[in-house]
Amino acid sequence: MEDVWKVGNRTLRSRLLLGTGKFRRDSLIPEVLQACSAEVVTAAVRRLDVMGGSQDVTAWIPEPIILMPNTSGARNAEEAVRIARLGQAAGMGSWVKIEVISDSKYLLPDNYETLKATEQLAREGFTVLPYMNPDLHAARQLRDAGAAAVMPLGSPIGSNRGIRLKELIGIIIEEIIDIPVIVDAGIGKPSEAAEAMELGAAAVLVNTAIATAGDPVRMAEAFAKAVEGGRLGHLAGTALSSRLASASSPLTGFLREEEGSHELL
Amino acid sequence: MSYYEQLTESRQLDLSRAWTAFTIQDVRAVLRKSKLDTMDYAALLSPAAGHILEELAQAAHDLTVQHFGYAMQLFTPLYLADHCVNHCVYCSFSVTNEFQRSKLSAEQAAAEAQAISQTGIRHLLLLTGESPQATPLPYLVDCVKAVKPYCSSIGIEVNPMDTEAYAELTAAGVDSLTIFQEVYDEDVYKSVHLKGPKRMFKYRLDAPERGCRAGMRSVTIGALLGLNSWREEAFHTGMHARYLQQRYPSTDIAIAVPRLRPHLGGFAPRDPVRDRELVQAMAAYRIFLPRCGITLSTRERTAFRNRLIPLGVTKMSAGASTSVGGHTGCNPDQISQFEISDERSAAELCEDLIQRHYQPVMQDWLQLQPPN
Repeated sequence: MEDVWKVGNRTLRSRLLLGTGKFRRDSLIPEVLQACSAEVVTAAVRRLDVMGGSQDVTAWIPEPIILMPNTSGARNAEEAVRIARLGQAAGMGSWVKIEVISDSKYLLPDNYETLKATEQLAREGFTVLPYMNPDLHAARQLRDAGAAAVMPLGSPIGSNRGIRLKELIGIIIEEIIDIPVIVDAGIGKPSEAAEAMELGAAAVLVNTAIATAGDPVRMAEAFAKAVEGGRLGHLAGTALSSRLASASSPLTGFLREEEGSHELL
Repeated sequence: MSYYEQLTESRQLDLSRAWTAFTIQDVRAVLRKSKLDTMDYAALLSPAAGHILEELAQAAHDLTVQHFGYAMQLFTPLYLADHCVNHCVYCSFSVTNEFQRSKLSAEQAAAEAQAISQTGIRHLLLLTGESPQATPLPYLVDCVKAVKPYCSSIGIEVNPMDTEAYAELTAAGVDSLTIFQEVYDEDVYKSVHLKGPKRMFKYRLDAPERGCRAGMRSVTIGALLGLNSWREEAFHTGMHARYLQQRYPSTDIAIAVPRLRPHLGGFAPRDPVRDRELVQAMAAYRIFLPRCGITLSTRERTAFRNRLIPLGVTKMSAGASTSVGGHTGCNPDQISQFEISDERSAAELCEDLIQRHYQPVMQDWLQLQPPN
């Protein structure tokens, strides 16, 4: 059976989502996409020249890639909602990654404002993917508000520190089972992407690590392989997880048998 | 407490002695740390750090790429007026210089903005001299509204104002404030700002904080290097930026690195800053405040600006003119505030950035209010 996953009503094969903010040149994006087979790309609405200038990252995102505009720059729910609407009005489709950050030092998202924006935009029919601090309660509220996925951060954005918040992300993956959990931000190396996938994340979103690599195209390929490897590892079940997941009791089943036979006596 | 109190306290530090005491090993230890305190920052500005400038530069480069990628935001200054009531010994717009002052009408400002928009740049910085009489708040609001259709982000660099006035400007569409303290040493400050309201050191010092309170998205501060010991000025500028960053997390704080250039009054820098010292200050800013924007103007010459690109700069002015009406030629009596050393057009600068594998970003924000 093919290993696919769904966001809203879209079925996806690739479990690597790509950010676009830090490349040396946008013209690298098609090569990077080809190397990693990503199907979803996020771009900041604030960088799109809605006045019709020459600079337009969307020109480098070919069909049938899904463009997921993000609300980067929004400091509260109201700004995020306005940015999302501007993106949609500019023809960027109905997916949106909510980013509400009012902290210019650590760039940590504001879960409360993110929830408010998610409620509003989901009501308006957007496919909403909120970027969040890995807090279980917030994840549940976002799901209930109509989020199509939740995107907890692995570490502060751009920090390349890996999955520092592994425990908390693990809990979200375990509990939020009806929508995908995508690890977004902080993944600095392919091995860390594999780690997130092994943990059971539905997908990962990577920007800095690919865009600022010495060879972004090759790094994109490396990430694609790592994501695939991590996913396979998760499906195969690590020794511990497969033991826990088995329905019967392979080690103590004999006791039941013995107890049963005893009763017969 | 305002930054003034912190500045007063930090004057108790014997920085000159501390600077000579740092060793290269001390500086290397700082470069290995992930969180820096005040004395770590001082170490980065020390003569010892100057001996390992390449190591500082590489650290600054790595941090910049990590946090900002290869994107370089561009903006263009638009001078609205050169009327000024202050006497600053280093500035061509000084009240003591006799020349025909000019001021754009809102329509002329719109025409200038339209000319700039042809270059593709969507970030405007509106500048005036400092004359609340000639360029009062309602005039600035009119100009902001007039240029709005031609840009996506509007900054102002005008006389310092109260929080309420800044709030009126943000409501009109201004999203960023630039205000330089010029010099953080109060005695030197008084000796170069001889007349006018600019003599009020503390009122100016607290202006960036008032801008943050008024909801500016971005606030840029800076010392005009060359008026006093660069180490001291860079130290206080960095501390000021950190003060603002900690108290106003939703405002992007940026530092500009203006260096004193020749101008009409013929004032020579008191404490000339060499290229390598400017590089050291910039690297120290970046390592101390990894997420802080760093702005570079056309005061610096082309070749040097190109060299500075990978060292931490995140915003550059492009296609600049430092005179009123300079983008449309509507003012025949142009006097420049300072001499531009980088005469490249916006397109040429973009070309140079691309050649250096940097991505020029012409637009990095958008107006969220509906047009007037």
